[in-house]
Amino acid sequence: MIQVLIPSQLNAYCGGASRVEAAGTAIDEVLDDLDRRFPGIRFRIVDEQDRIRPHMRLFVGRDAARDIRRPLRDGEELMIFGALSGG
Amino acid sequence: MTELLIGTRKGAWIYRDDGARGEWRVEGPIFLGQIVNHFVADPRDPKVRLMAAKTGHLGPTIFRSLDGGATWKEARKPPAFPRSDDPDTARAVSHSFWLEPGHASEPGVWWAGTSPVGLFVSEDNGETWESVAGFNEHPMYWQWAPPGEGTPDGPMLNQIVIDPRDAAHMYLATSTAGVFETHDRGASWTPLNRGVEANFLPDPYPEFGQDAHYIALAPTNPDRLWQQNHCGVYRLDRPGVDWTRIGKAMPAEIGDIGFTIIPHPRDSDTAWVFPMDGTDVWPRVSPGGRPAVYATRDGGKSWIRQDRGFPAEQGWFTVKRQAFCADQFDPVGLYLGATNGEVWMSGDEGEAWRPIATHLPEIYSLAVAP
Repeated sequence: MIQVLIPSQLNAYCGGASRVEAAGTAIDEVLDDLDRRFPGIRFRIVDEQDRIRPHMRLFVGRDAARDIRRPLRDGEELMIFGALSGG
Repeated sequence: MTELLIGTRKGAWIYRDDGARGEWRVEGPIFLGQIVNHFVADPRDPKVRLMAAKTGHLGPTIFRSLDGGATWKEARKPPAFPRSDDPDTARAVSHSFWLEPGHASEPGVWWAGTSPVGLFVSEDNGETWESVAGFNEHPMYWQWAPPGEGTPDGPMLNQIVIDPRDAAHMYLATSTAGVFETHDRGASWTPLNRGVEANFLPDPYPEFGQDAHYIALAPTNPDRLWQQNHCGVYRLDRPGVDWTRIGKAMPAEIGDIGFTIIPHPRDSDTAWVFPMDGTDVWPRVSPGGRPAVYATRDGGKSWIRQDRGFPAEQGWFTVKRQAFCADQFDPVGLYLGATNGEVWMSGDEGEAWRPIATHLPEIYSLAVAP
C-alpha cells in the first residue's frame, strides 16, 4: 500500500483526512484508487490528458514527480501539495 | 420571493428578498474560496442548481444541487476534452465559464462553455458531460479558437443561447471568433459576425475573430439579438445577417464598450448596458469614475443615462459578463454585481439604484432564480 498525504484543499473529499492509504504500482493507479473511494478527487489533481495541474505538486519521498506514470513501490509515500498560486 | 444567486471569485452567496424587493437576507458563503464563474438555477425545475467552480490550485468541476441548494454534490464527469496523444492538440478544460439550461422541451439537458474554447452538453442535469464534437472537433476549430489568444483568463466560449421556439437552433459567443449559429443542435456551426468590428485585427471586419462579450435574445422576439462586443454594442434582427452598431448612438465620451447587455423581459425594444472605459490602456472601470447604466427604449436608436443612486464620482468598478440580470416583475427589477463586490439593484427599470450587498468578493455572476 502507498501512504498518501492529502493537502488541505482536498481534505473534504476524504472526510477530512489528511493522510490515507491507497493501492497502486504507479501514481496513476493510486490516483485511480483514490478516485474510486473519493469521487472527483483525481480530476482536480490531473487534467483529462493526465497532466499534473499547474498549481499542484506531487512528491514521492523527496523526489518531485512530473509524470503520473512514475512507478511506486509498496510502502512509499506520495505527497500531494497545493503549490503557491497567487491570491 | 426574489432569490439572487451570486458567484464570486471566492465562493457563492444567495440573497433573498422580503417579497417586495425591499429587505434582503443573505445565505452563505457556499464553497468559500472556490472561483465560481457561474451559478444558475433551472427554469424548468428551479430546485436544480449548477455551479461552475475551480480554485487556484484545483482543477475545474461542476457542483450540483437537486434540492434548491440544501445539499450539493460534484458532477461525476465534469466537462473534459477528449484524450489526445498529440501534445499540440491535447486540450484540457481550465474552467467552465457559462452554464445554460437546455430548451424547455429537453428536461435535464444543460450546456456548458469553457476555457479554452469548448462546448459541452449534459443530458442528466449536469451529472456527466460530453464534448460536443460538432464544435470542438470542427475542421475550423483551431482557427476559431487559437490557443493562447482571448481574455486574461484564457480564450473562452463564454455564452450559449437557445432559441425558445426551436431546441436545435442555438447561438454561442466566443472571445476568439465572435458569434456562431447552429440549426442542428450543435452538429454544425457557422460564424455570424457580419458588420461586427474587430479593431485589433488587420481586417477589422473578418468572417470570424471578433470578441463577443455577451449576446442575448429578446425574450418576446427571439429574432432579435443584442450583442455587447469588445468593439461596441450591436443588434441583429433575423433572418438578417448584418449586425448594426447601435452603440454609435451612445455619447462619445462614454463609448459603447462593456461586458454585458440585458434585454427587457417583455419589451423587445428595450435593453440595458453598463459601459466601461475601453480607451487608452483599457482600464475597464466606469468611464470617469461615474458608474451608470444606459438604457435604450427604441431598439438602440437612442440611449438614456441612468445613474441615480450610483456614486457621482470616484466610483471605479465595472460589471462582468454574467453579472447583470433582470427579474420578471412589472416594473422590471435590475440587478448588477460589481467587480468591487457590491450588488446594486433597481426596482424601477433602472431609474434609481441602491446597493443591497457590499463587501463581497469580486462578483463574477449574478442570476435571478426562476
